[in-house]
Amino acid sequence: MPGSIPASLIADEAPPLRVEPVAEQRVSLRRQAWRRFRRHRLALISLFILGLIVFGVIFGPLLWPVSISDIDFTAILQGPSWAHPFGTDDLGQDLLARMIYGGRISIAVGIAAMAVAGGLGVMVGAISGMASGRVDAALMWLTDLFLALPQVPLLLLLIFLFRDTLRAALGEEGGIFLLIVVVIGGLRWMPLARLVRAQFLSLREKEFVEAARALGASRFRLMVKHILPNAIGPVIVAATIEVANAIITESTLSFLGLGFPPDVPSWGSILYDAQQYLDTAPHWALFPGFAIFLTVLSINFIGDGLRDALDPRRVI
Amino acid sequence: MSRAYILRRLMMTIPSLLGISAIIYAILALAPGDPFGQLLTNPNVPPAVVAQLRKSFGLDDPVWLRYLHWLFAMLHGNWGFSFSSRINVSTLIFERLPVSLVILGAAEILAILVAVPVGVLAGTRPYSLFDKIANTLAFIGFSLPTFFTGLVLILVFSIRLRWLPFVFRTDLSVTGIAWLWQNILQSVMPVTVLGLFQGAALVRYVRASVLDVVKLDYVTTARSKGIGERKVITRHIVRNALIPVVTLVAVQLPVVFGGAIITEQIFRIPGMGSLLISSILSDDTPVVMAITFVYAVLVILFNLFADLLYAWLDPRIAYR
Amino acid sequence: MPEPLLEIRDLRTWFQTDDGTVRAVDGVSMAVGRGETLAVVGESGCGKTVTARSVLKLIDMPPGRFAGGEIIWRGRDLIPLKAREMDKIRTREIAMVFQEPMTALNPVYPVGEQIAESLRAHERLSVKAALARAVELLRLVQIPNAEGRVHDYPHQFSGGMRQRVVIAIALACGPQLLIADEPTTALDVTIQAQILDLLNDMKARFGMAIMLITHAMGVVAENAQRVVVMYAGKVVEDAPVEELFANPRHPYTQGLIRAIPRVDAKAEHRVRLEQIPGTVPSLLHPPEGCRFAARCGFATQACVSAEPELRLVGPEHKVACIL
Repeated sequence: MPGSIPASLIADEAPPLRVEPVAEQRVSLRRQAWRRFRRHRLALISLFILGLIVFGVIFGPLLWPVSISDIDFTAILQGPSWAHPFGTDDLGQDLLARMIYGGRISIAVGIAAMAVAGGLGVMVGAISGMASGRVDAALMWLTDLFLALPQVPLLLLLIFLFRDTLRAALGEEGGIFLLIVVVIGGLRWMPLARLVRAQFLSLREKEFVEAARALGASRFRLMVKHILPNAIGPVIVAATIEVANAIITESTLSFLGLGFPPDVPSWGSILYDAQQYLDTAPHWALFPGFAIFLTVLSINFIGDGLRDALDPRRVI
Repeated sequence: MSRAYILRRLMMTIPSLLGISAIIYAILALAPGDPFGQLLTNPNVPPAVVAQLRKSFGLDDPVWLRYLHWLFAMLHGNWGFSFSSRINVSTLIFERLPVSLVILGAAEILAILVAVPVGVLAGTRPYSLFDKIANTLAFIGFSLPTFFTGLVLILVFSIRLRWLPFVFRTDLSVTGIAWLWQNILQSVMPVTVLGLFQGAALVRYVRASVLDVVKLDYVTTARSKGIGERKVITRHIVRNALIPVVTLVAVQLPVVFGGAIITEQIFRIPGMGSLLISSILSDDTPVVMAITFVYAVLVILFNLFADLLYAWLDPRIAYR
Repeated sequence: MPEPLLEIRDLRTWFQTDDGTVRAVDGVSMAVGRGETLAVVGESGCGKTVTARSVLKLIDMPPGRFAGGEIIWRGRDLIPLKAREMDKIRTREIAMVFQEPMTALNPVYPVGEQIAESLRAHERLSVKAALARAVELLRLVQIPNAEGRVHDYPHQFSGGMRQRVVIAIALACGPQLLIADEPTTALDVTIQAQILDLLNDMKARFGMAIMLITHAMGVVAENAQRVVVMYAGKVVEDAPVEELFANPRHPYTQGLIRAIPRVDAKAEHRVRLEQIPGTVPSLLHPPEGCRFAARCGFATQACVSAEPELRLVGPEHKVACIL
């Protein structure tokens, strides 16, 4: 440390002692984040549950190789049994198989929509945050405009208008999948853009960025290598919540008959048919509904856990 | 709050309105199947109306003029003719609007009545048992899709227990107290579904807002005055914590509209939301277009109201 | 010394955190006499603010707790008091002025109302009477056009004026002790002097005692009668002000005094500003012996192994050092 040792006012015989400060524990950031995540018990349980769901959805067909469209009129509207652990629907199709398939669709939609929203949001937010003045103002005006749009009506409108063309072009599943993912993602990027921009604005002024700039880093490099890694925490949390949102939105659309058609068994479209048989075969509606609830709940808790882990502003 | 501020804020709605309507118009104009053309060529539309529509939408003019004609028409309630119902779209919509607003309003009030006390209590006792339970219940609340909750409630209360009707009727034949009671019975489930979903999200926002405010210096100043913890909470913490929540309720409204659409559909409430769904399913373009526009206007109006309310509650804003 | 107004005996305020217990105040003792100004000096993080807030029990008790000691106010220990009892003392007998005037006032209420709040709570004045007193108080703290400004909101005042309002709030009920936690740190240098003068005026007018928390030795020299120097949660020196500056016994105090920039005749040659090398020890795992040992030029083996006690080395002059 710079600075002179003070000349002693009182002469001292014993030589001055050098005392070492207690060494600080160096724990990696990732380990710290994981430790904080672990503290959130519900998040941990949810991680496990979600893992089970994802595992079931991916490897399900291997473990339960029943077709989703085997019609069997002798076994319609049956409750859970050994032959059909989740029961059957009004065409005798096995619900467990359909739920496994539906899980794939729902989760895929969730992740894809999150990717679209995330990609758009991060891009707009980063550009807005790094640039300033007119570019920033213009992008923010656009963001605010999109935020003021009535989402569900617009969602329905877009699907109404574009559904047939896309279905003709890319087939039943593909067409609807693309439409839903683009439309959901395209209407949910705004909160992420705002978040990323806020992060960039605050990090831009921090010392380590100044240092990098002084060393001659280009703006792009600054953005990608220095700011983005630090900004990513809250963005990950928001993106996680987006997956949950997208899953709910897709199932809502399919439930209304405006998403995947009933022969493509997403969890929402299963419910579309099931609601008419609510009194006679409630299991048909309860299983997919509960599956959606459990998946979304787990994702939300995990998001909360991630928030604790990556953005520790708690005081206790 | 100065008159200048109100005026300024009102002026700001104009670009929003223009922007949003431009987006809606662009979507309609670029969509396959020529929705605008359909307005004229659909066989259900009487010829007199076709001629009038052609004039008011200016369909023979260049694009930007068409857009302005369209906007003008929309703002005047000139919404065309419904293909399926064979009446003016405006009549149809204004018939349905009151029910939607009443259900929405009741649900919002329920949400606020539940969320504010719970959120404040949770925020002032963070990490306590109450807080943890409230938090978990809130998570469960907004992870449950409204259609699922609606279906479960119908299953339990209408089908199994037969306590509540699940079909909503605006044409009740009884009057007086019986009419009021019937209305209440049939509104309980939809309002609960919508209200609790919104309330669950609100609880977390209120709690977060309270936690933010509790840390602030002026709360310590208030405590140091020795006025009693209760006054500190009500006069200082809650009063300030609720300000951002007001904006939030307004900003969340587009989402709540979405939830209301689903609720109306499940409980067969004859509101604007169920009209939107049925017109989509029956390809009734003018109705779809008009409802989307009405929703957009509602959102702008509510945002305006929220901004004014915010400025009234927070004296710092109006002076900027 | 006659019976002190406020006596803090061996106070320990600790905080529970994710990484362990932070011993912010670890065995601190000091006393404020009637009508005198006691300065509490030390660098950031030494525990002076926590000590000040502990007196009025403004510490958040879930992470914080009193792990020992007593706070004797006019013969009564404040620590076991319940909230309702404590409220009777706050502002009425002991008042506090905080460091950040920009955020110390509630933005949604006019300043008059905020002053009146404590008047209505403690003296049960009517709305009108309280408002009139608020205007008087604003005049007392030299805010021009008091009648007009009593209905203005905090954001309509500058930093210095806001601090005056905070002082007005503190003085509203005529307290006997004013705890001022770095009241001028966040203000411009020119305003600092005005605020300190105001405090001294008020002290003279009301016969108040002041506990002045600061990290500026210059402020101490000009305003205090007695000084307590704190370091890493403990008191290291306690003396009357002239004695402290003439005869500082603790190496830390000596370092602090030497670090004061001098603009007077003595600084003829360009002498480098003295610094105390090293950094403050962690309050999570405080060292066994003297906490200053790591930075002390005179540290010996004895210093590292055992904590030095506060002992009397002169008239009313205590030092926690074996030298």
